[in-house]
Amino acid sequence: MSGSWVLVDIGSTFTKVTAVDIGQRRILAQSSAPTTIEDVSIGLRNALQGLGLDAEQLRQARKLACSSAAGGLRMVAIGLVQDLTAKAARLAALGAGARVLSTYSFQLTEADREEIIELQPDIILLAGGTDGGNRENILHNAKVLASLPNPVPVVIAGNRSVAQEVAACFPPEFSTYIAPNVMPQIGQLQVDPAREVIRRVFMEKIIYAKGLDKAGRWIEGIFMPTPAAVLRAGQLLSQGTAARKGWGDLLIVDVGGATTDVHSLGKGLPTRAGVVVRGLPEPYAKRTVEGDLGVRVSVLSLMETVGPDVLAQEVNWTREEVESRAELLHAHPDTLPESDEEWHFDRVLARLAVAHAVSRHVGRLSELYTPAGLVWVQEGKDLSSVATVIGTGGVLVRSHDPLAVLEGAGKQGDAPLELRPEDPLFFLDGSYILASMGLLAQEEPDAAFDILTDSLSNYKLARREQ
Amino acid sequence: MEAKTLVLGVIGADVHAVGNKILEIALTEAGFNVVNLGVLVSQKEFVEAALETDADAILVSSLYGHAEIDARGLREALIEAGIGDILMYIGGYLVVGNQDWSEVEAKFKQLGFDRVYPPSTLPEDFIPTLREDLGM
Ligand code: B12
Repeated sequence: MSGSWVLVDIGSTFTKVTAVDIGQRRILAQSSAPTTIEDVSIGLRNALQGLGLDAEQLRQARKLACSSAAGGLRMVAIGLVQDLTAKAARLAALGAGARVLSTYSFQLTEADREEIIELQPDIILLAGGTDGGNRENILHNAKVLASLPNPVPVVIAGNRSVAQEVAACFPPEFSTYIAPNVMPQIGQLQVDPAREVIRRVFMEKIIYAKGLDKAGRWIEGIFMPTPAAVLRAGQLLSQGTAARKGWGDLLIVDVGGATTDVHSLGKGLPTRAGVVVRGLPEPYAKRTVEGDLGVRVSVLSLMETVGPDVLAQEVNWTREEVESRAELLHAHPDTLPESDEEWHFDRVLARLAVAHAVSRHVGRLSELYTPAGLVWVQEGKDLSSVATVIGTGGVLVRSHDPLAVLEGAGKQGDAPLELRPEDPLFFLDGSYILASMGLLAQEEPDAAFDILTDSLSNYKLARREQ
Repeated sequence: MEAKTLVLGVIGADVHAVGNKILEIALTEAGFNVVNLGVLVSQKEFVEAALETDADAILVSSLYGHAEIDARGLREALIEAGIGDILMYIGGYLVVGNQDWSEVEAKFKQLGFDRVYPPSTLPEDFIPTLREDLGM
């Protein structure tokens, strides 16, 4: 049978596989098995067997994979000024699907160097200076990095005028890659080329370093980190293809035990007249990751952010009850809720994680009083007209009431100046195919678009009666 | 010789955009590499843009009469950022009403500006001086 594809997501706990028939535009089967990190090919084979395809069918299917196993893609981002090239570097790394362990600005100190050694990043993204601009800083930082005891791949995406010189600072054991500047001019962000270089390094180097290449026995290759595949699916859905009209601007939210990810696809230009935009422009495809907002491993920091009393009030428990439940979830991240009350607690946690993560992702308005009266200033993306919000990830998919959780992304009464989606439709990635379709989008965009929209339409979340 | 980089902007809560645009055009035509931050520019933005672009000079405009408050501390911020010796000009309508020019000039020199220009200064009035100051 021609036209079947198997899309693989090697996650930190589960290896998930989805078989699709692109001719019939449908999902043939889905399966998963525990990821076996010593040799990922075992877990992968188990998952593939679970698909129930016959051996010949399986052999003929083309197989693409993404992965977030073995810690995902761990990166450090470095720039010159915190709000300029350092921020641009961070946005580029996040967009490439990385976990950004730390972002550094100005000249790296001895303490920074020690910290980077501790963090053991997979890739370092080194920026600094606009094209033709500052050169000393990135050269200084290159020399510091060149003295790291263990060689790390370095993607250089700073001032073009010194890129070669920066690369030359590193001894041969370091592999260096020169990408176009993440910020060629003040106020101009250019993250896509650096993202692409990072993805290539991931594919060519990092999967070997992490032993993920063992999966190569069964698949064509691991093409990107899973979050990059999700972002790509979002882009496909938003922009469509030559033959398919996209859904327009959208937001994807993924609540997890440790982090909450938010992806937005949209330019985020002001929707009201007379608003002045300030600050660094943000990328069309923007991803943020909140490492302190999660419903298990990060539940204590989530509680701290929200305030235990607020949480207690929301679930109608005492503060002590809230705190002891949070302690328990933190200590035993595998805990599943049993009673209705416990389910409710999980839902409230997830909604608050979404609410705070989206708050940090979206732009906001502020009032500026001038001699001529009030001026509205916008910083970040205006996502108020975003019409589609999609929830993905285990927490949302398992939830009894995903809509209640996702509504945390919408307008919040206590934050009128946050430029959140005002009146979106909510969808759930109920068959867990966003990452898979992001992978398939590289080769068969029309089919990926059709299968994705079909699946999401089945999981349109109805608005409850008011 | 590499083109000299100038950072340009209208400081504070000032929205007068026309002069800024004219300066951008005139200075670009004169062969400078112009980084125009536009209107409503904070001190922080001037400092950070000058740092990233390794600018040779900063040209501050202020039209609405609050230049003194807005520009106070800018030189100090540049010193903090390690580029304290950068050339810095200011021009526009710097004060409210008709004050004695030599006093106005002295006040802004005190604030750390190397040259201070009165209202209606045309590009050709100061570009030759700018070239000279930059050793071109
Ligand atoms: C148009 C205008 C506005 C428009 C601006 C629209 C816009 N977005 O650009 C609006 C209506 C918004 C406005 C508002 C205000 N304005 Co008004 N505005 C003017 C006006 C009529 C023209 C300004 C202009 O575009 N000039 C043309 C350009 C080419 O000239 P320029 O800006 O001066 O720039 C040239 C030179 O000064 C020089 N230059 C400028 N910067 C620098 C920097 C350096 C380093 C150098 C070397 C040279 C240089 O080069 C430029 C090119 O030659 C002037 C009066 C006038 N005729 O100048 C008043 C004027 C500037 N405004 C004034 C005032 C008071 C205001 C308001 C406070 C209140 C009001 N009256 O409405 C508000 C402030 C708003 C705010 N938050 O900024 C006063 C300022 C008085 C003062 N400083 O003592 C003026 C002078 C009018 C007046 N005589 O009262 N204004």
